Amino acid sequence: MNAPFVLLVDDEVPFVETMTKRLTKRKLRVIMAFSGQDALEKLDKNRNLDVVILDVKMPGMDGIETLGEIKKSYPLTEVIMLTGHATVESAIEGMKSGAFDYLMKPCDLEELMVKVEEAAKKRRDHEDKIKEAQVKEALSGHGV
Amino acid sequence: MTQTEQKDMSPYHLLKRNLVSRVIIVSITPLILISFIILYQFKISYHEKVEDHLEELIRKHKQNIDSFLGEKLSDIQALAKSHTFKEMSDESFLQDRLNILQQSFGRVFVDLGVINAEGKQVAYAGPFKLGQAQYAKAEWFQQALQREYYKSDVFLGLRGLPHFIIAVRETWKEKKWILRATIDFVAFNNLVEEIHVGETGFAFILNKEGKFQTKPLQEVRPDSEPYTEFLGYGEKAREEIHIVERKDDSGNKNIYVAAFLKHGDWLLVYQQRASDAFSDFTNTLKIALAIILVGGVSIITMAFVISRRIVGLISKVDLEKEMMNEQIVETGKLASVGELASGIAHEINNPVAIMVEEAGWIEDLLDEEEFQEGENLDEFKRALKQINTQGKRCKEITHKLLSFARKTDSRIQDVHINEMMEELVALSAQRAKYANVIINTDFRGDLPCVRVSQSELQQVFLNLINNALDAMGKDGGEINIISRVRGDNIVIGIDDNGQGIAAANLNRIFDPFYTTKPVGKGTGLGLSICYGIIKKLGGEIIVKSTKGTGTKFRVYIPISGKREMESASKVNNGSKTQIK
Repeated sequence: MNAPFVLLVDDEVPFVETMTKRLTKRKLRVIMAFSGQDALEKLDKNRNLDVVILDVKMPGMDGIETLGEIKKSYPLTEVIMLTGHATVESAIEGMKSGAFDYLMKPCDLEELMVKVEEAAKKRRDHEDKIKEAQVKEALSGHGV
Repeated sequence: MTQTEQKDMSPYHLLKRNLVSRVIIVSITPLILISFIILYQFKISYHEKVEDHLEELIRKHKQNIDSFLGEKLSDIQALAKSHTFKEMSDESFLQDRLNILQQSFGRVFVDLGVINAEGKQVAYAGPFKLGQAQYAKAEWFQQALQREYYKSDVFLGLRGLPHFIIAVRETWKEKKWILRATIDFVAFNNLVEEIHVGETGFAFILNKEGKFQTKPLQEVRPDSEPYTEFLGYGEKAREEIHIVERKDDSGNKNIYVAAFLKHGDWLLVYQQRASDAFSDFTNTLKIALAIILVGGVSIITMAFVISRRIVGLISKVDLEKEMMNEQIVETGKLASVGELASGIAHEINNPVAIMVEEAGWIEDLLDEEEFQEGENLDEFKRALKQINTQGKRCKEITHKLLSFARKTDSRIQDVHINEMMEELVALSAQRAKYANVIINTDFRGDLPCVRVSQSELQQVFLNLINNALDAMGKDGGEINIISRVRGDNIVIGIDDNGQGIAAANLNRIFDPFYTTKPVGKGTGLGLSICYGIIKKLGGEIIVKSTKGTGTKFRVYIPISGKREMESASKVNNGSKTQIK
């Protein structure tokens, strides 16, 4: 299985940069975004993104809003919410809107890795099922 | 201390004094003014009335006496004119005349006498044996010879009894003769004595020399004021009736009414104690004064009672207000500090997260081969681990701070307080053992469930138990935990016999960041979080502590949870299953 392709979104640039380095070192493909808008643009360019790690609290378009947009346009992409303690409720709200899970900052990297793997697997399984369905449909279509 | 108390009391004292004085002034002033004006007017008109009445009385009696004297005179005059000296000299004839007079006028005429010009009584009719009496030297005889008629003053005369006489001079054969009649003193005296009003009112007659012409009912000294003043009046004043008020020798105020009789020869004096004459007024005055006194006393009493009550109410309301203000300030303080704390915590959280990540990155890099040979590798790893640990500590603090103001894992559920407390005691048992502390529990069996957030409540009691353990010295001690039902509340008591809290610190223990523990050992948030949680439930934490003997915490949890809690639970229940 290919390494999960991850988009890391947070307004804290040093956090994103370091985290990217650490995740990359753990054989993930990581790209960065520093705002909700930025994240949507990156998603548009990289349709094959598996997981978005999304900070809840951001200036401008916040995590919850961004999550809504992502789920609308790219329903297959899984989202892991990152939150400070104070925003646990928004994280819960995010999960209601379809986020895969949430983690509290500062988070344990190994924990994050596990979650990312799980999310990516879910996404790929999902994709496979869709492909399967499409193939079946194509086959049955040809069969007629 | 006493000075501050006095300071606190003084506005109420002042208020009470103002209230009392105003009520008294406003109520009593009109009462007294009206009473005195009316009494004064009444006194004037009543005095006038009494004086008019007495004047009228005396005037009538003056007329009565004057006409009595006049009648008697004209009777004697008629008798003298209608008979000659010769006829009258006959004693039996004279006796007849006396009988006729006595028949028509009663026993006013005591006797009759006929006296010749030489002063010798030639005929006499009457009860006394006065025949042949010699009057030549008697004063009345001298006077009577000079005038047509003469009315004498009262004198003892030859008989040694008080009497007065009326003498009429007539002429027979060029020679003067006199018909003399003695007027019964008792009859005359009665005329005056019957002027008797009230208890002390009486009348008497004085002659020009100030001698009594009638017998006064009480002892009177005619040579004293105002009798001498009356007697000194000139001719003109003698027609009028005089009224004066004077104090007599014994100091009593008397009212004197005087009128002249007998063409100014005699003075009719009526006198009465003023207190007697104006007794009605005096009685009214007494009643009025009694009413004023009773009214005044009751007004003053009521003023004091009502003022005290009002001031009591005001001070009570003020006290309640003050307490409420304190509570509001306290709550507001905690809330604003909570807001601030959560803000700060959140802002700190991000840099801490970055630091931990950077440390993690260095750790990652250290795993690469080139560093494996470095002599300080272990030291680097230890330092990074320490950074990680301290980062986690920061996280813990910020999370505690955040939970101070925020609802954390606040799922509302039915909580059995006793079960929860037993769990907590079990949790603390290990620590208690090392601290040499015995934990006694006394849980009441039939406690109802409360709908609260179990984790929040656990936090509260764990905090209190930990505090109690921390309060113990090296020798250990005892912690008593009880649960009871008091009215609508479940009461949990946690008592320790540790070092206690100084009185000065006692009202600060619920303030955030307030701690007496050494730096790094306590955040100062534990109790303020407890306070926030219990207040949110609508409950109460009460602390009593004595330095050296221990601390008692009482936590009141309402059995029926607050409405807002129920509504809050709806939001949280929805996410219950998804939270780890």
